Amino acid sequence: MSTITCVGLTKSFGTTRVLDRLDLAVPDGAVVTLIGESGSGKTTLMRLVAGFERPDAGTITLDDDVVDSAQRFVPPDKRRIGFVAQEGNLFPHLTVAKNVAFGLPRAQRSSGRVRELLDLVGLGDLGGRYPHQLSGGQQQRVALARALAPRPRLVLLDEPFSSLDPALRSSLRADVMRILRDQHATTLFVTHDQAEALSAADLVGIVGDGTVRQLATPETLYNQPADAAVAKFLGDANLVDGTVDRGAEGRGVDHRLVHTALGDLHLVAGRQPFVGPATVLVRPEQVVPHRLDDTHPSDPATGRVVDRQYFGHDCMLVVSTGGGRSVRVRCGGQDTPQLGDAVALSVDGDVVAWPAPATDAGTTDAGAAPARAQARTASA
Amino acid sequence: MLAGISVVVVVALLTPLGLIVAQAVQAGWGDLWSLIDRSFVAELLWNTVRLAVVVTVLSAIIGTGAAWLTDRTSLPGRRIWAVLLIAPIVIPDFVLAWTWTSIFPSVHGYLGAVLIMTLHLYPLVYLPMAGAFRAIDPGQEEVAQSLGLSRPAAWLRVSVRQTRSTLLGGCLLVCLSLMAYYGAFETLHYQTFTTAIFGELQTQFSPVSASSLSLVLVVLSLFVLGGEAVFAERGRLQRAGPMAQRAQTPIRLGKATVPALASVAVLVGFALGFPLALVVYWMVQGGSSGVPATLSVTSAAGYTLLYSALGALVAMLAALPVSLLAARYRNRWTSTLERSTFIVQAIPGVVIGLALVYLTSHYVSSLYQSPEMLVVAYAVMFFPLGLVAMSSSVTRASPRLEEMGRSLGKGPLATRLTITLPLIAPGLAAAFCFVFLSAATELTATLLLVPTGQQTLATQFWAYAEQSVAFGAAAPYAAVMIGISIVPAYLLGRWFDRRFAEPGQPSMLENLT
Repeated sequence: MSTITCVGLTKSFGTTRVLDRLDLAVPDGAVVTLIGESGSGKTTLMRLVAGFERPDAGTITLDDDVVDSAQRFVPPDKRRIGFVAQEGNLFPHLTVAKNVAFGLPRAQRSSGRVRELLDLVGLGDLGGRYPHQLSGGQQQRVALARALAPRPRLVLLDEPFSSLDPALRSSLRADVMRILRDQHATTLFVTHDQAEALSAADLVGIVGDGTVRQLATPETLYNQPADAAVAKFLGDANLVDGTVDRGAEGRGVDHRLVHTALGDLHLVAGRQPFVGPATVLVRPEQVVPHRLDDTHPSDPATGRVVDRQYFGHDCMLVVSTGGGRSVRVRCGGQDTPQLGDAVALSVDGDVVAWPAPATDAGTTDAGAAPARAQARTASA
Repeated sequence: MLAGISVVVVVALLTPLGLIVAQAVQAGWGDLWSLIDRSFVAELLWNTVRLAVVVTVLSAIIGTGAAWLTDRTSLPGRRIWAVLLIAPIVIPDFVLAWTWTSIFPSVHGYLGAVLIMTLHLYPLVYLPMAGAFRAIDPGQEEVAQSLGLSRPAAWLRVSVRQTRSTLLGGCLLVCLSLMAYYGAFETLHYQTFTTAIFGELQTQFSPVSASSLSLVLVVLSLFVLGGEAVFAERGRLQRAGPMAQRAQTPIRLGKATVPALASVAVLVGFALGFPLALVVYWMVQGGSSGVPATLSVTSAAGYTLLYSALGALVAMLAALPVSLLAARYRNRWTSTLERSTFIVQAIPGVVIGLALVYLTSHYVSSLYQSPEMLVVAYAVMFFPLGLVAMSSSVTRASPRLEEMGRSLGKGPLATRLTITLPLIAPGLAAAFCFVFLSAATELTATLLLVPTGQQTLATQFWAYAEQSVAFGAAAPYAAVMIGISIVPAYLLGRWFDRRFAEPGQPSMLENLT
């Protein structure tokens, strides 16, 4: 399998700029998911990589071969890139076996490769069927087998599971990912499902504003998103106003504190230091609710549960902390506070903060800030 | 390039219309107006309109009723009835009129025309309505019942309501076809625009007068086409996905079974059984005509096959680029281009024939009464049928599938041959059959354009049928004409069945209107 590198990809449709100087590097054998709002250009990126469309500017390199640049264009049939589309796009006039054999050289069509692939996707006996005789999940399995048959250098999956029902979807996804890893297939996988993006990938890329805003491992992306927009996009997020204290500088880089309405929180180590107003990311599962009677004197925030969704394994609370502010809290499924209960909140673990947008420039004075700290909630 | 070819095709299609206008205004606008503004034209208008309205309403009632019986009820033998009810489409209007008048001379004039036209045209409503009834999701009626509607009320307000645009499309075809017919009206001694146009040409030798009448007829047809567009609902049948649709439970007829069977049997008997029996009867009777045949049945059949097949081929090849353009580069401009070709549907064969006669006699006399012009006439007249027949297949052959072929390592040409061509082939075949069937039974334009010294089955039949004594001599031509229509008609029927078996596809008439 292979690496793929995109540099400065730009593509407009009419006056709409869909991709804007996009850079992306996918290492050999990695499964990379791309996630973004609909219309963010994910599918366009896939179509450019496959060679179905040409970029206005930029280069695409597969291993060491430039497959698309201002000087050179390798047509899709010469790229050896497998493509699995949302609708499967099986050839309706061909049987399952003939669909899978389509991309194979004539000599290999009866060599057992077709059977091998159908077995791989668990459809060994259905070679004689026509696509319309298969369920949606089976069609997607055939589409994957067909894409893998000619041993492509790269596999592109364009929201392949989005037309399936949720139960089928996660089991098929697990199967497909296992197959792709077994084949050591470099894979680009577009989705708009967060759980899918995080659970399936070695690396996750957030696509927005026509570019890849962050490409990182799922853990890094979730715990240390590059900016507030990425944080909101991936998972539930409380974005809380705070201030990084100038006085904290003396205590060394690893012991920075940020003052917020939820208390003084430790910043994650190893990030670009800054001083002044900040936007702080507190994930709901970092917030711990306590009963009011065993309140620690150090718990800075109290509030009342105004919404409660119970999922069994966990529970999502919305706690109103007064003044129109509220905090989302994810807690364990046992002994959870009830609707209307008064609770005190504390924060577990380190947090990530970014310098607040310039609109707060008037309140850079460090000492006064914690009092006007605000909590907002955001759910992606 | 696709766009360029398409524009050329559309311009060629609309040329006859321009030629007719050119010929009519040759004499000057004042003279043209004096030719149109006379009581004769008013009488023709009245004759055409009162016939069109009554026949359209009757066809709508009979066609919808028959479709309901065969596709929603427990009518015994409904699959066979379904075939028999469509079959009258293979009997040309002038043959149907001739068989009835040959035995019942009292079938003539207005009432005769109503009878013959209704028997001939109701399949144009029956065919799409049967498809529409079959495509309706029974779940929707169940929802309506759960909301408190009785079963008949649910049927009326949900299912019938949804088929309205299909019904309107069928009525449009009935109306336009009726206004274009010539042979049946001549036989029935009922004066319409087409018979008057022929009269002006053959007895008055007045092409300008004929053109002026043609203009009125075209305006009337365009008026019908436009009126349908105003009334038609733009919303298509909303159908759930392929897996969501369950089979419908037929409505039990119970005591109504016998009357239902009887009415379907009478309809099929009058529209199909009677004319077929009469053709056979007159063939057996034989009898000398007194008029020697210009051509034997076999040579006439040869010309019919040749010109119809060539016309179908040309129409098919011309429709392909327009269809591809409209399906793949869908925007306002390409849809307008595609739709503008349906104007041709409103131009009767006699007008196209007249226009081509004018063109060849004035500008390219080497092509006057040449085989090429007859083929062109067929291709132009039946182009919309070809376009409609292939559009669903062309849509099915999505460019996404071609891309998939490319990504699997096949070059552009190999992809087109192994994916696109097999997918559009059924549509091409349907287009060919449709045009062939229509051309083989075409009389009006053929009479004007048939090459000197040649006859097709239709024109030779007509030569005998016009002399009301030569029944026995005319019958074999009618029999062969019906015979060679059956194969394409059967193939079309199969194609229709398949088409409507795929849920989620817009019906053919929805495409047309």
